[in-house]
Amino acid sequence: MANILIFAESRAGDLRKVALEATTGARKLADMSGGGNVHAVLAGAAGIASKADALAQHGADKVLVLEHAGFTQYNPEALAATIAELMKSGGYRYAVFSASAQGRDLSPRVAAKLGVGLVADVTHFSLDGETIVAQHPVNTGKVIATLSLTGSPSILSLRPSAFQPEVNAKPLVSEAITASVDPSASRVKVIELKQGNTGKIDLGDAPIIIAGGRGLKAPENFKLVEDLADAFGNAAVGATRAVTDEGWRPHSDQIGQTGRNVSPSLYIAVGISGAIQHLAGMRTSHTIVAINKDKDAPIFKIADYGIVGDAFEIVPVLTEAIRKAKA
Amino acid sequence: MKIAVCIKRVPVMEVKFAIAAGGTRVDENGLKYDVNDFDLWAVEAALQLKEKANAGEVVVISIGPDAAQEQIRKTLAMGADRAVLLKADALPADGLAVARALAAELKDGAYDLVLFGRIAIDSSNQMTGPMVAELLNLPCVTNVSKLEIAGGKGTAHRTLEGATEVVEFPLPALLTVDEGLNKERLPSLKGIMAAKKKTLEVKVPQFGESRVTITKMQLPPERAAGRILGDSSAAVPELVRLLQTEAKVL
Ligand SMILES: Cc1cc2nc3c(=O)[nH]c(=O)nc-3n(C[C@H](O)[C@H](O)[C@H](O)COP(=O)(O)OP(=O)(O)OC[C@H]3O[C@@H](n4cnc5c(N)ncnc54)[C@H](O)[C@@H]3O)c2cc1C
Ligand SMILES: Nc1ncnc2c1ncn2[C@@H]1O[C@H](COP(=O)(O)O)[C@@H](O)[C@H]1O
Repeated sequence: MANILIFAESRAGDLRKVALEATTGARKLADMSGGGNVHAVLAGAAGIASKADALAQHGADKVLVLEHAGFTQYNPEALAATIAELMKSGGYRYAVFSASAQGRDLSPRVAAKLGVGLVADVTHFSLDGETIVAQHPVNTGKVIATLSLTGSPSILSLRPSAFQPEVNAKPLVSEAITASVDPSASRVKVIELKQGNTGKIDLGDAPIIIAGGRGLKAPENFKLVEDLADAFGNAAVGATRAVTDEGWRPHSDQIGQTGRNVSPSLYIAVGISGAIQHLAGMRTSHTIVAINKDKDAPIFKIADYGIVGDAFEIVPVLTEAIRKAKA
Repeated sequence: MKIAVCIKRVPVMEVKFAIAAGGTRVDENGLKYDVNDFDLWAVEAALQLKEKANAGEVVVISIGPDAAQEQIRKTLAMGADRAVLLKADALPADGLAVARALAAELKDGAYDLVLFGRIAIDSSNQMTGPMVAELLNLPCVTNVSKLEIAGGKGTAHRTLEGATEVVEFPLPALLTVDEGLNKERLPSLKGIMAAKKKTLEVKVPQFGESRVTITKMQLPPERAAGRILGDSSAAVPELVRLLQTEAKVL
């Protein structure tokens, strides 16, 4: 019986999908421990409380709502202080975060404040008594480490997409709470949030990713992969570092060792050689398709299906075929 | 500007790793090492800030085995002024233990800025920077891909999934550096010669308790070799069929 606190991540007033993943993961952990309560911290400007129900739907027994103008933007100092206080006063055995940019900023702060252990970017976990046994990819995904985490409380962050949201409806119970420090007094202040491709699905949330490489030859040719993504309807566009270095796509689209780690159900690599640093960010994708004119390109070594040929000839035909298949 | 940069010696990843006997460590035979990429960008950022201010000192700190002196020398050759090696043959798996040892070394350094990499590509922990910031009670911004510092204050761009935050912070502060901030310089021959004479102090790290242990290391399952379906758009119908019936992703 272990009670668990989770941080439900939001951005610009919207819950992020990883918040539901963290709720689902925490629910599993509570059930593994013989049934405990999952409490979710939901922070934001006035109105964020309306997002609490989605957390209850995914297994949160209670949603602790932290509404304050000082949480309009991400406020790491006030959040870390408040969550650390809650961990102490609420007697939680575990805390669960997402291994997203926010979660990987916030969870180490909380761990350090409490002086407890953190295992990050977890892809799988189980319990051995009260000890967490967790898997975490290291060395750019080329090695999987299994770690054991002792001490109470202990903290986990879950790799995005490794735990898909599962509905497990609980009656909505929410409680308004206040921050343990003044949220307007933080030294570090987010003064602006520049949303990238607004309206477009994020790489981390997309079940399908179409990624383009230097083989596309010019920024305007990304229209090819954009059109293919549109044909799927639920796809996002990614890129290699060769492409982001050229400035053809923003750095936030980069997939790989120094970019995003993704594992969609379908990854289509177009004009991408498959350098090891790129593979590091996408090798865990469920199905990989490669389109490349060089039959010896390393991408074919990890692709489930390949077409050796000219992307400019193949992709438009594929786009048409997907449109038809989806119609 | 007095700036500290924490750097880590990491294996070069362009190899096929093997697991050492015992199953809890990577086999180090045949591995090559370099400075963690993100830490090179952190060193570069520090050097640029010092050059712009035309004054200051860049101090490099690393926890690692004796062999890490080679990676430290590389950063001295780039232009860092001096370095500290906190010598440890094995690093704790607990990020907080590493953070404690770095925080103890940084504590009385009177640094205006402390720079970390966003993530070490071997541990992939991405936690040491913000943990040290908490231990030292320093304002902290992670994932910095753009940085301006003036008049005791800084403005940084922080990279998120598909978005960027513009963040203001007072100095002294701790930042973790993401890709995109800069490209690191190569050490010049003159720099390499000068580095030999720079101070590299060796000390003993104080890790404290570690709550995380590695119980197993394994290689991920190999992906089965795939199928080449053709050499032109004539293969598209077969691809779509396989995506529907075999992979079931359509
Ligand atoms: C420290 C470090 C970190 C790095 N991090 C990353 C990272 O995070 N992500 C990343 O992606 N890379 C990263 N890289 C770079 C990586 O090593 C490669 O240089 C990069 O991935 C190559 O990108 P690319 O496949 O687009 O280009 P290329 O390697 O140039 O490949 C282009 C491909 O397009 C094919 N092609 C050309 N014309 C056509 C056509 N008409 N139709 C079909 N195919 C065609 C070619 O056959 C070729 O295989 C990193 C490198 C270093 C050193
Ligand atoms: N052994 C170490 N010595 C010095 N700095 C380190 C060490 N380990 C981690 N760091 C710093 O912390 C950053 C993040 O590492 P990690 O939290 O392990 O992913 C690295 O980029 C370094 O700046």
